[in-house]
Amino acid sequence: MTAVTAPCTLSHEAGIYELALHGPPCNEIGTTMLSALEDVLTRLDPAQGRALIIHSSLKSGFSAGADLRELHQGLVDRPEALHGPEIRAFLDRTHAVMNALDLLPMTTIAAIHGVCFGGGFELALTADLRVCDKTARFAFPELRLGVIPGFGGIPRLRRDVGNGLVRDLLLTGRSINAKKALDVGLAAQLVAPGQALEVARSMARQAIKFDPDAMTTCKRFMKPLPLAELELEKDHFVRLAQGPVLRAALDRFTSSTDVRPYLP
Amino acid sequence: MTSNPNDTSARLMTLAAKRFRVDASTLAPEDDFFEKLQIDSLQALELLSDVEEAFGVEIPDYELQGVVTFAALAAKIDVRRV
Repeated sequence: MTAVTAPCTLSHEAGIYELALHGPPCNEIGTTMLSALEDVLTRLDPAQGRALIIHSSLKSGFSAGADLRELHQGLVDRPEALHGPEIRAFLDRTHAVMNALDLLPMTTIAAIHGVCFGGGFELALTADLRVCDKTARFAFPELRLGVIPGFGGIPRLRRDVGNGLVRDLLLTGRSINAKKALDVGLAAQLVAPGQALEVARSMARQAIKFDPDAMTTCKRFMKPLPLAELELEKDHFVRLAQGPVLRAALDRFTSSTDVRPYLP
Repeated sequence: MTSNPNDTSARLMTLAAKRFRVDASTLAPEDDFFEKLQIDSLQALELLSDVEEAFGVEIPDYELQGVVTFAALAAKIDVRRV
């Protein structure tokens, strides 16, 4: 059975859910994707599925991150006094989705290819396991825009890898390739181009053999939600997002027609 | 052993030609690869992944700011080959 909710599709077979992202150009996370993910969460039933695979069916990659054009439009269209409260409200919704995915009582696997940047990286970090194909690249370019990751990226990245890598990614805005992701423990497995979904399915078939109580106990024990840090991150993001640097960066981003990288 | 920059440029152009399905003989070291290959910044990242794998190096994106020719990218690669 397949239920369609644009820009993503949830399907279910033999105890395994698959969430396919397919919002062009590269699964940007704005209000449309967020609403779709909220809907998906209401349809995930642990009695029916014991694993969830999140993947992208777009060639461009897993996700390029937050919908910067929508964010820019909001800053342009809405009265300045409302920027803070509206950004906060959007972050509250986004964090609720990310936290719910993080805590699902099922084994979650992100199958990643191509671009996995910013908010897309933050979505991938909610998963218990990440399978990357050789084309995957990870980055947090937020500081290049004058903000920090706002969808829970820093606390979740700190949970999974060493602080040296966290600072390298954040303070330089650089991207790392799939091999490096494997080497530092960000990716559980590295596979040939185009094979991440099949390998994730194999992992899921193995994971659902285990006792549900043992699996959820293991998740709670090994992957606690860093709630205090997540709340603090929202405060920092809301403050920075109201500053002039983000607005200027988004003005450049939305008006640029140059194919070369524009970020500092 | 010091690597030959010309060799690096030639290998780089071969990689780029394969990735973006163009005739390698039409590429020159001083070509602007964005223009010559008609690629955008995301496609440039695909080339970067190929480069990192083929040459066994890591090249942070910020090292590529202002780098638009094969020769300039080859020089960045050579700095990282240890």
